[in-house]
Amino acid sequence: MWRRSASFILDNRPLQGDTVTNPESRLLSPPPSSSMAETLQNPNPDPTLTISPYYQTRAAHHGVVTSDWLAQAQAAAGGDTDTRSSEQEGSLKSAASEKSFPVIDEFNNWRKQPDLAEAVAAIRALASVIRSSEATTMMELQNELKMASDSLKSWDMTSISLTAGCDLFMRYVTRTSAVEYEDFDSAKSRFLERAEKFGEISYKARKIIAMLSQDFIFDGCTILVHGFSRVVLEILKTAAENKKHFRVLCTEGRPDRTGLRLSNELAKLDVPVKLLIDSAVAYSMDEIDMVFVGADGVVESGGIINMMGTYQIALVAKSMDKPVYVAAESYKFARLYPLNQKDMVPALKPIDFGVPIPLKVEVETSARDYTPPQYLTLLFTDLGVLTPSVVSDELIQLYL
Amino acid sequence: MDPRRVPRTVIDPKVRQVGFFAPPDRAQSGPLPQTSESPSSPPLSDISPSGNSISPVMIPPPRHLSDLSSRTIPAGFPPNRLVSPLHRFSGESIIPIGSYNPSEFASPSVADFFEDKNARSPGPRRSRGAGGSGKFASSLPAGGFELPPEVKPTSLTTVSVVSNLQPNVTGKQSTSFFPPFVGCYLCIHSVDSYIVHWYFQMGIGYLFKDRATIEGNDYQKCLGCVLMWFCCMKLWLAASIKLSMVTLTLSEKSGKEQSSQDGHSKPLKEKLSKAERRALQESQRAAKAAAKAEGNAGSTNPKTAKTPVQKKDTASIATSHDKRGGDNNNNNNNNNNNRPIDKQDRKKEIPHPRMQFDDMSRVEKANKRAVVKQTEVRNRVELFRHLPQYQHATKLPDLEKKFFRLTSLHPAVYKVGLRYLSGDISGGNARCIAMLQAFQESITEYTTPPEKALTRDLTAKINSYVSFLINCRPLSISMGNAIKFVKTRIANLPLTLSESESKQTLVSEITRFINEKIILADRVIVRHAVTKVRDGDVILTYGSSSAVEMVLMRAQEVGRRFRVVVVDSRPKLEGRLLVRRLVGKGISCSYVYVNGVSYVMHEVTRVFLGASSVLANGTVYSRVGTACVAMVANACGVPVIVCCEAYKFHERVQLDSICCNELGDPDAIAKVHGREEINHLKDIANDENLQLLNLTYDATPSDYVSMIITDYGMIPPTSVPVIVREFRKEQIWI
Repeated sequence: MWRRSASFILDNRPLQGDTVTNPESRLLSPPPSSSMAETLQNPNPDPTLTISPYYQTRAAHHGVVTSDWLAQAQAAAGGDTDTRSSEQEGSLKSAASEKSFPVIDEFNNWRKQPDLAEAVAAIRALASVIRSSEATTMMELQNELKMASDSLKSWDMTSISLTAGCDLFMRYVTRTSAVEYEDFDSAKSRFLERAEKFGEISYKARKIIAMLSQDFIFDGCTILVHGFSRVVLEILKTAAENKKHFRVLCTEGRPDRTGLRLSNELAKLDVPVKLLIDSAVAYSMDEIDMVFVGADGVVESGGIINMMGTYQIALVAKSMDKPVYVAAESYKFARLYPLNQKDMVPALKPIDFGVPIPLKVEVETSARDYTPPQYLTLLFTDLGVLTPSVVSDELIQLYL
Repeated sequence: MDPRRVPRTVIDPKVRQVGFFAPPDRAQSGPLPQTSESPSSPPLSDISPSGNSISPVMIPPPRHLSDLSSRTIPAGFPPNRLVSPLHRFSGESIIPIGSYNPSEFASPSVADFFEDKNARSPGPRRSRGAGGSGKFASSLPAGGFELPPEVKPTSLTTVSVVSNLQPNVTGKQSTSFFPPFVGCYLCIHSVDSYIVHWYFQMGIGYLFKDRATIEGNDYQKCLGCVLMWFCCMKLWLAASIKLSMVTLTLSEKSGKEQSSQDGHSKPLKEKLSKAERRALQESQRAAKAAAKAEGNAGSTNPKTAKTPVQKKDTASIATSHDKRGGDNNNNNNNNNNNRPIDKQDRKKEIPHPRMQFDDMSRVEKANKRAVVKQTEVRNRVELFRHLPQYQHATKLPDLEKKFFRLTSLHPAVYKVGLRYLSGDISGGNARCIAMLQAFQESITEYTTPPEKALTRDLTAKINSYVSFLINCRPLSISMGNAIKFVKTRIANLPLTLSESESKQTLVSEITRFINEKIILADRVIVRHAVTKVRDGDVILTYGSSSAVEMVLMRAQEVGRRFRVVVVDSRPKLEGRLLVRRLVGKGISCSYVYVNGVSYVMHEVTRVFLGASSVLANGTVYSRVGTACVAMVANACGVPVIVCCEAYKFHERVQLDSICCNELGDPDAIAKVHGREEINHLKDIANDENLQLLNLTYDATPSDYVSMIITDYGMIPPTSVPVIVREFRKEQIWI
């Protein structure tokens, strides 16, 4: 697999790794906001949700969304989505008001942090549900948790990691018979302890993955990256800090151009970066040594659901015998099993074509695709480096 | 259930000839003069390379009287026959080397195998004296064995048998009887016991060796060395052995004496060392085989009518189980006579579910225990000889006759067995539930006999039921798992429970198994599978699977709009019933034969299949034809979904559908009912050159399977071992 690509040598500039004062280095140290007490006081987010909240968050975090895109998004997401989300919001509000603790608000607070994944935010929100719970029996507490996680899940059906994170939290926290024999208070503190621990594990997952993946990045390699993934960025950042010499090709990542943001970040790290349009993947595949992608969700078959375009990159890479590595935290493991591309809950996202599209023309607005396991080489997770077939093993052990 | 592996007598490591071809024995009609000495040569090929080819005493393991040899010995091998290299070696290259016929160098311990063959076909053997290796007969011990002029050919066999039995094993006793011959006896003895010892080692080693890995060349080298060594040794010993001949004939008399004073020999038996005991068993087995061969020969040679008496002399369990004659009374008498050994045999009462049915010695043993009479099947297909052959036609009336004689069998089990046999119950789940319910019934009516423990006795009972059911129809893998469950349940019963309590526990455990592992599991599967049926789908299914049927029914109830294509195949045409039921529910159906599957696949969006079992490597073991459908679906990019309850998972790995399968009625594929104009095979069904193969199952490689829906959710085929690993324990130790 060791293949130094010629173009890399041309591009090779001395990496001033030590002189780079990494603007992102604060990410590597535990962020100050990780303690619960501080963030509880965060202001509530605005409740106007018009497009799929998952993508709204992403758009807000990635900050590369143009204003015209937002305008079109408003237009495209009008109609039933609007009513749906508003009525959903209403029902949730009512549900939340009945309960003692508004879990959605809490979740949205956490979600504001740009480097905190949605699932981790959900996990933290659920942990605070336990903390502020006034339940007096175990059953009551579990019911409360269940309701909170259900409301979180229904808040955004399209986010796989949110659903999976909530489910896993429930398993991790409540799955033990030992707590049943203690008195309630100690059981509750046990719950809380576990919740904190799980939140901590999830939070640290990215760094574990970055460490695990370092063995796979060798000097002189060229890496293709699709879209913006925080895990992949973490991996590349760690590799740059370890003074590895590598080059990155970034796809543009239409329609929300997340690849642009990644290339910006990498340029800040002085990593040689080249930007491609999405359709140039096959053209440049021969100079690539490996493909790194993130994942929205890892499904039971070992395949991944990720941003649109991942499947075709994997197909091209497979046909040219390039390894495809997936970086995904274990809270993205979901008990889903899509049989083909259409066998998923569709996550729609409006697309800006720059020119007006005639009404008669249909636009495929699906935002993600499913990559079957046979096109993936390895998955880097906080559970270790796994082959796709082990995912199911882990899932069975996690859920059953 | 059968913990100890019996040293197998056989195993002809013949190169399996792929495809369909006439078994060699049927290729010729009578003995051919130029090959008349071949009957004794095949044993050569049986030598297993026991690691080092220079092992001093390497004896060709006796060729068991397999179907081939027992049927073909008198005939010999025609030169143009398709012979494995080993056979060719033994026939051609050996004789030039030392120009000795191997059987003549074989030690007495194995000589009986050859002797009896020769003896029962005196014709060719005698004629051989004038040709080929006959000239050595006078100078060589085996030749001496063979034709002592004063002994009649019938007793000749006994001589060889006895001479092998007695001196080898119970040498000490015999020497005490015949002080004058002690010297030469011991001489022979030391050699023989050594040989026997080696023989066992080789046998054991051979058992654990993969048949397929043994190279023909190794054999040849090995054989060459050993034979040469034998030549030397035997020539050297010739004189002493000649002397021993007298001893041997005398020892035969001693054998008679011994058996007449049975009480005398019994206590002696207990003193035997382990090796000796094994030697005894081995020789008994040999004697049995010899006796069987005699029984076969009996039909041709009227002089062998005396054999039963002689068999009693040898005090072996040589119950002449004549395959064709097979009168039960005779059998029973013999069994009564040889009670102690019979008891020993009972331990391994159940034929192993995966018994190799081309291993004749084992089949013989199994047949003897079998309640259902096994008949010889004609025209076996070469690649599938090791499978139990289909014998439905003769079994059913036979079994019905025996109803009142099979007192040990619970009527419920008997009923289930008969229904299996008649094809009344088919389908993995139905068969399994029927079996478990019969077990339940028998357990409720079970009472522990005095002086017996419930766990032991009930397990033995269940074992006998299982062996009966196997005789009716080979077990499916799911049934094997269920039986395993029942047995572990019995074995794990706490000793403190009273009999009624333990019976009650068992019955409720079995009910729970049926409910949880089959009925509830099916419901969970349906729940999962319905999520994969979408509006506008065209669903293809093959044959008739209960799980798939439930899925389709449920999807219809839920209100999905979909169409079903039922693919079916001869001879069972199970799909028709499924179509009938689906159409009755208002589901739109198409019905095609498997021939049209590649045409119809293009419009299909999902393939749902049932399975008889799923193996650890993800291989789906299902109704024959499934693999074909799955392959076509895979080629057309249609997802293949297999619905299978987790209790049908098995930790075995299987790569093809040859090594383990079930054979159906060959007539079913030869004849089409009501279509006289196309029944061209009807009158030639018994033709030697026609083999009909009606397989029941096939193995679908996991590559063609997209998903397996089981009671633990939807999993990829690669995760089958995970389920087996994680939940088999729980299932057994609930």
